[in-house]
Amino acid sequence: MTWEAVIGIETHVELRTDSKMFCGCPTGFGAEPNTNICPVCLGLPGALPVPNETAIRWTIALGLALGSTITPHSVFHRKNYFYADLPKNYQISQFDLPLCAGGHLEIDPGTGVRRVGITRVHLEEDTGKSTHLGGGGRIHDSDATLLDFNRSGIPLMEVVSEPDISTPDEARAYAHELREVVLAMGISDARLEEGSMRFDANVSLRRIGTSALGTKVEVKNMNSLRSLQRALAYEIERQTRLLDSGAAITQETRHWDEEAGITHPGRSKEESSDYRYFAEPDLVPIVTTQETIATLRRDLPELPAARRARYVELGLEAAAARTLVAGPLGTLFEATLAAGAAPRRVANWLTGEIAAYLNRTGGDAGSLAIDATGLAQLVGMIETGKLSSTAAKEVLEGMLAGEGTPEQVAAARDLLQVSDEAEIAALVAAVLASHPDEVARVGAGEEKLVGFLVGQVMRAGQGKADPKVVDRLVRLQTHT
Amino acid sequence: MDPADLTIAEAGARLRSGDLTAVDLLAAVRRRASMTEAILHAYLTIDHDGARAAATAADVALAQGRDLGSLHGIPIALKDNMVTRGIETTCSSRILAGYRPPYDATVVERLKAGGAVIVGKTNLDEFAMGSSTENSAYGPTRNPWDPDRVPGGSSGGSAAAVAVGSALAALGSDTGGSIRQPGSLTGTVGMKPTYGLVSRYGLIAFASSLDQIGPITRTVDDAVTVFEAIAGHDPSDATSYRGGVPEVRSTLDAGVKGLRIGIVGELSGEGTAPDVAANFRATVDALAGAGATIKELSLPSTAYALSAYYLIAPAECSANLARFDGVRYGPRLAGRSVEESMSATRRDGFGPEVTRRILLGTYALSAGYYDAFYGQAQKVRTLVIEDFRRAYSEVDVLVTPTSPTTAFAVGEKANDPLAMYLSDICTIPSNLAGDPAISVPSGLDSDGLPIGFQVLAPALGEAVMFRVASAVEQSSGFTGRPALATSAGAA
Repeated sequence: MTWEAVIGIETHVELRTDSKMFCGCPTGFGAEPNTNICPVCLGLPGALPVPNETAIRWTIALGLALGSTITPHSVFHRKNYFYADLPKNYQISQFDLPLCAGGHLEIDPGTGVRRVGITRVHLEEDTGKSTHLGGGGRIHDSDATLLDFNRSGIPLMEVVSEPDISTPDEARAYAHELREVVLAMGISDARLEEGSMRFDANVSLRRIGTSALGTKVEVKNMNSLRSLQRALAYEIERQTRLLDSGAAITQETRHWDEEAGITHPGRSKEESSDYRYFAEPDLVPIVTTQETIATLRRDLPELPAARRARYVELGLEAAAARTLVAGPLGTLFEATLAAGAAPRRVANWLTGEIAAYLNRTGGDAGSLAIDATGLAQLVGMIETGKLSSTAAKEVLEGMLAGEGTPEQVAAARDLLQVSDEAEIAALVAAVLASHPDEVARVGAGEEKLVGFLVGQVMRAGQGKADPKVVDRLVRLQTHT
Repeated sequence: MDPADLTIAEAGARLRSGDLTAVDLLAAVRRRASMTEAILHAYLTIDHDGARAAATAADVALAQGRDLGSLHGIPIALKDNMVTRGIETTCSSRILAGYRPPYDATVVERLKAGGAVIVGKTNLDEFAMGSSTENSAYGPTRNPWDPDRVPGGSSGGSAAAVAVGSALAALGSDTGGSIRQPGSLTGTVGMKPTYGLVSRYGLIAFASSLDQIGPITRTVDDAVTVFEAIAGHDPSDATSYRGGVPEVRSTLDAGVKGLRIGIVGELSGEGTAPDVAANFRATVDALAGAGATIKELSLPSTAYALSAYYLIAPAECSANLARFDGVRYGPRLAGRSVEESMSATRRDGFGPEVTRRILLGTYALSAGYYDAFYGQAQKVRTLVIEDFRRAYSEVDVLVTPTSPTTAFAVGEKANDPLAMYLSDICTIPSNLAGDPAISVPSGLDSDGLPIGFQVLAPALGEAVMFRVASAVEQSSGFTGRPALATSAGAA
């Protein structure tokens, strides 16, 4: 392979503030079209924007999480372009003084942790939503366009990465990690399918070993992490073929077609935009003091990378740590640890049996019949030898079915393990007495028959005897 | 005396003494309008039903002892670039023909809360772009002092209404002199407050960083009354000033003794009509005679202020007026695509002056030109602010003629945009600096047309500005009314 890809990703994240970026309208998803609107987000004559301070604080907080420099006097700019779902025909966005500049995100594409640089994080307002009727849903062939301005003015954060990404796997890992960060911070629902998190990628190729950048292509319309990965793989292959055949890459915007599995060019008109940015005169600069920064930094939650590292220190496998931090069971994990259970064992149960149960039933973590106390008790019973791991699985099944605490389920299903030495010793003596040949062979040095005898004792005890104790007593009694 | 000729202060006294009802006062103003509108065309819309209801409510409230303040029952007109709930608001543009806003501008809410009676919406240069009120899609407004002449602009409808008595007071908006210059040309008081003192929420923007709403009245005292009613912080306007409104009334009659008054060489020389210049000198002499110290100053950056203004204002307007595309409101022309429909709607909806400024502003902001035009203009703006700061370290106020000439003839400058732009030379610097300024009538020229005298003060310096304006009003003894008002009142 002679080419390597250079990829930068622009991510748009809708913030989950109660109200819109520049007015008091609610932001909820799925309302009847054109019900969450007012003069401001509808761009009516005379209406003026008033910035949402929560959105500004959250954007700065994300910048702090990414190690950005916070701009002391940040400025909103008008980005001018005409589009039917852009009510003012300019978008209030940011230009040369974004809230956050620089920073990085650590990603783990499965080939080791690496850093992706962050260019900037800025804040802007979302547009309305167009639905084109007829003509295959494309504006130019459609019979009519319906406009819904509910989304107009929802706070939209844009995170721009450096072109530090070189594979579709890394791109996916970057997108995944950024989503984890905003979810951990609670600042966005980050629902890809609802469009509350959206990715655009700039892709170019260059010869391995060279540093000059090739002509870049912007790829849009990727609505899942998987489609981001697929679209980039397609685009890299497309460009590779072109370059290999001696052709040149055209600088353009291409749209990912999920069904066809290809990117196709957008209209060339979109490329030649001159947005005529200038400072938004209806707003004053956003002044961020060191005190505000200190407060926001102090209030940052534990970020996914730190949490994963903490889990690994607690003895978890890296994969289990990733699953717990990314998945729905992290909260239950934390609560179970707080209830005093052994981390590694809890993690195994959560990422194993319990995750499988959720997968099987399609339920969510919140509706599980098991809570932290129950799970901690279950793990405790295994540790203290009250349950064998086989029996524990059955107890868990009962707990998930709502049959009660582990004690109750184990008792009801008669699964409690026998650990009483005298009781087990009697059982061992009885079994050994009925297998004199095998006992003699062990005595003659045929050690592998110990296992057979242990199995017989376990069977005689209906599986409830503590296997460790059985093993020890069998060895003791056959070697005297 | 015909109630239509009363000042706010006089009418207020009579309303409270029971000599006059708000309904009768409104009737007098409406009678004046019905006798003069065919000639002047000051109004685009008169809200008959709303005004009658408001006047009736004002009378009821007063009878019940609920006095809402100085504007209680006073008929006031609004320039038609301030939105009024349910009342057609057009900015004198075809692009907003028939548009009825769903909300009231903050100033309208404040006037209503103060018991004012909104008579109607007055004519303006389309989107407030112009200095003569000839650039209206609905026909020009004429000057009550001489209907062959313009009333100035862009708040020409408001100024003509107040001058002739079809309103006791009016609100205008001032982006480069659009309150003060028509005030000067119609013999009324026109005041532009410090940027941020009056909310712009609901003012249809021309140039957001320059626009400010202010009063047009017959006396300085009335201007203070309206200013007090409309000024104050508004959380709906992010550029609204958060500190308090300066207290101005207690020093209104303090006179000018001991004040330092500056005259600006660059703003009172070349291009000023001889009568205007003579009146200006006489007025300054009178102030000196009343105990003020007069000092001559230089504001070198004003040479570039006009050029900077005609880049900044069009640049902002090019974005502010982008929203008028026929998609959500206003007339919509058909097209084969959304873009074609928008283009057709805008081409048809905007008049030539608005189109000119949108194109100018779009160009000034374009990639490759931004630094040379818009960027440079912003630097000049900073220089103007610094010039003023230096000046105000030496004097308390600056004074200039408001306009280099008195009212010019209808059509005289209509086809010469540059000549029209030059008539704003004395008023534009205050908008660039965000400072307050007021025009006070100071006499008549040899044609019997009113001359205006401008007082400029530093930001939040409204108290000293009104104080000097009041002194000018008293020393000039100007109480003239246009012939049209006198004849209509006598009829």
